[in-house]
Amino acid sequence: MKIAVLSGKGGTGKTLVSVNLAAVAKESIYIDCDVEEPNGHLYFKPEDIESEEISIKIPFVDETLCHGCRKCTDFCRFNALAYINKLIVFDEVCHSCGGCVLICPEKALAEKEKIIGEVQSGVSEKVTVITGILNTGEASGIPIIKKLLSHLAENKGLSFIDCPPGSACIVMESIKDADYCIFVAEPTLFGVHNLNMVYELVTLFDKPHGVVLNKCLEGENPAEKFCLEKGIKILGKIPFDNELGTLNSNALIAVREEIKYRDMFSSLLQMVTEEVQA
Amino acid sequence: MRQLLILSGKGGTGKTTLSSAFIRLSKAKAYADCDVDAPNLHLIMNQLSEPKRSDYYGLPKAEINLDLCVQCDLCRQNCRFNAIQVGTDYKVDYYACEGCGVCETICPASAVSFKRAIAGELRLYVGETVFSTAELKMGNGTSGMLVTNVKKAMKSAIQDIDLAIIDGSPGIGCPVIASLSGVDMVLIVTEPSISGISDMERIIKTAEKFQTKIAVCINKFDTNLGNSEVIEAYCQKFNLPLTGKIPFDLDAVKAINNSQSIVDIDCAAGRATREVFDKTIKILFKEGLTLNLKH
Amino acid sequence: MKIAMPVDDKSMETTVCQSFGRTPYFLIYDTESKESVFLDNSAAASQGGAGIKAAQTIVDNKVSALLTPRCGENAAEVMKATHIQMYKTINDSIKDNIEALNAGNLSLLDEIHAGFHNHGEK
Repeated sequence: MKIAVLSGKGGTGKTLVSVNLAAVAKESIYIDCDVEEPNGHLYFKPEDIESEEISIKIPFVDETLCHGCRKCTDFCRFNALAYINKLIVFDEVCHSCGGCVLICPEKALAEKEKIIGEVQSGVSEKVTVITGILNTGEASGIPIIKKLLSHLAENKGLSFIDCPPGSACIVMESIKDADYCIFVAEPTLFGVHNLNMVYELVTLFDKPHGVVLNKCLEGENPAEKFCLEKGIKILGKIPFDNELGTLNSNALIAVREEIKYRDMFSSLLQMVTEEVQA
Repeated sequence: MRQLLILSGKGGTGKTTLSSAFIRLSKAKAYADCDVDAPNLHLIMNQLSEPKRSDYYGLPKAEINLDLCVQCDLCRQNCRFNAIQVGTDYKVDYYACEGCGVCETICPASAVSFKRAIAGELRLYVGETVFSTAELKMGNGTSGMLVTNVKKAMKSAIQDIDLAIIDGSPGIGCPVIASLSGVDMVLIVTEPSISGISDMERIIKTAEKFQTKIAVCINKFDTNLGNSEVIEAYCQKFNLPLTGKIPFDLDAVKAINNSQSIVDIDCAAGRATREVFDKTIKILFKEGLTLNLKH
Repeated sequence: MKIAMPVDDKSMETTVCQSFGRTPYFLIYDTESKESVFLDNSAAASQGGAGIKAAQTIVDNKVSALLTPRCGENAAEVMKATHIQMYKTINDSIKDNIEALNAGNLSLLDEIHAGFHNHGEK
């Protein structure tokens, strides 16, 4: 059972929810797909870490074979190649499509690996923690997310996928294999606006989904109103709670610190499990 | 014209809240929302006029003409992005396709062509002020290019302006990199949580690669005084100006939910923001100030 | 000698463009014959690597000098591989810059910015 946790707006509590649900379950996998700013590992502090470098293929030229025909520079739609007396490759603009290598009539192009980040796997009590980390300066974490999700391929157990903020293709990539999506919504104007965007994404991909309303205060909750209007199942409500906030800001896992939070997230997990199985 | 970009690393720290306040305080004539995945600035700026809307076309994507396709499978075998789906027919997965052109080149039947698709919408409000924003259609890529277009649209509409304020996006990837280029200063809005600190360090590393002034401010600083001190120490160690600390303030939350900026009402956060604004602007307009980052 | 400048329109009266990679046009000017040719910059429409493509265009037109207000690091890398001198423009008037070049009053462009890096990512 793969459960993706997303929100649209940043800072609503994706990591809070995904980390605590993973921790309160009997056994689970926690996958951090927010490879630009991964945070789950700060809470779990996993041990026995195994690290795997993630790389993409970048072309390089054998100048002795290159005749300057420029078929490759003409082909490249990303302008990653220039020919000035010799071929110059611009790594960071290259999309690793392999087209130039295929098209070179002299077979002068080959590919080398360029490291863009890593995947770290470790354990924290009953949770397998898998974290994707994009190296700073690199533009896209998609290859890392693909690798992260491949760890789930044969897995039949419970896993939580902590998604990046936003609703662009990096989020889409993160939810691709999910069986169920949990939106974490905050009761603010911005929160609802962005929730709508990510709700559209999830319905486009036909994913069953539900909402956890976080940081709930007294009075009208615009996020709740949105869910009722759209008929989105409300899985649970987490009140705005200074103690919870403080624990969270110190990267402590609430369910491992206080019984009341353990109970709260256990109920939520039960609700989610029932929904997914339905 | 000086451009001030507001970034954070971590989401939800208060970029848009601060950007909107800065715009009010500076009476900036030009501003832009570069968080194209989740734009929010327009919800506070309350533009009355209709914007000039233009379609944003992302990458041209491949399309297979089924009448010509001979099902040789060469396209699928050579596609690095798993974008060719095979059912009874061969079809391109729009979201996975990167528009590289390998399938078009390798197809023996000339069955592949490229089509541009609308990937979002640019909105430009021009009146007494210029406000450029956009929304990326969900699931799409090329947010970096859209960000560049948002900035370009803003610049094209302004004339003699001394300050432009740009609300950025979370993360450190392509749209952030695109927003960083060409700006004069970055203000990083951080929050005193372990996650916030970790993310702040990563965005600072990213921003350093561009030759721009960098400053930091702490939002909701009183939610964790210990962590706030950690951030202050970090700034001191790396010679980053700390332009202020803003308290957590439920009145500020209320203001935003009412589509008002936090300086439109009288509240503690608003008052602190004024000080952050003053200090930030001083740095932005100070000549020849180079920041020594001892990374 | 032949020089190139990024310009906003196809006329000698127009302004120098602030961007190199995404300038709408290039002016190719021969300082001896005083002939001017305006080229469309196909790189302007690229989703990424515009500076690279623009630099390739300049190189292919066999100019000896490029006059530009700024240049990104990718374009600079292309230019480095050539013998083309890069000069920093003094203002946005085409005529002023040509005169300054002839009088030897233009300095070389040495501040290279990090570029726009807005390649169409996934």
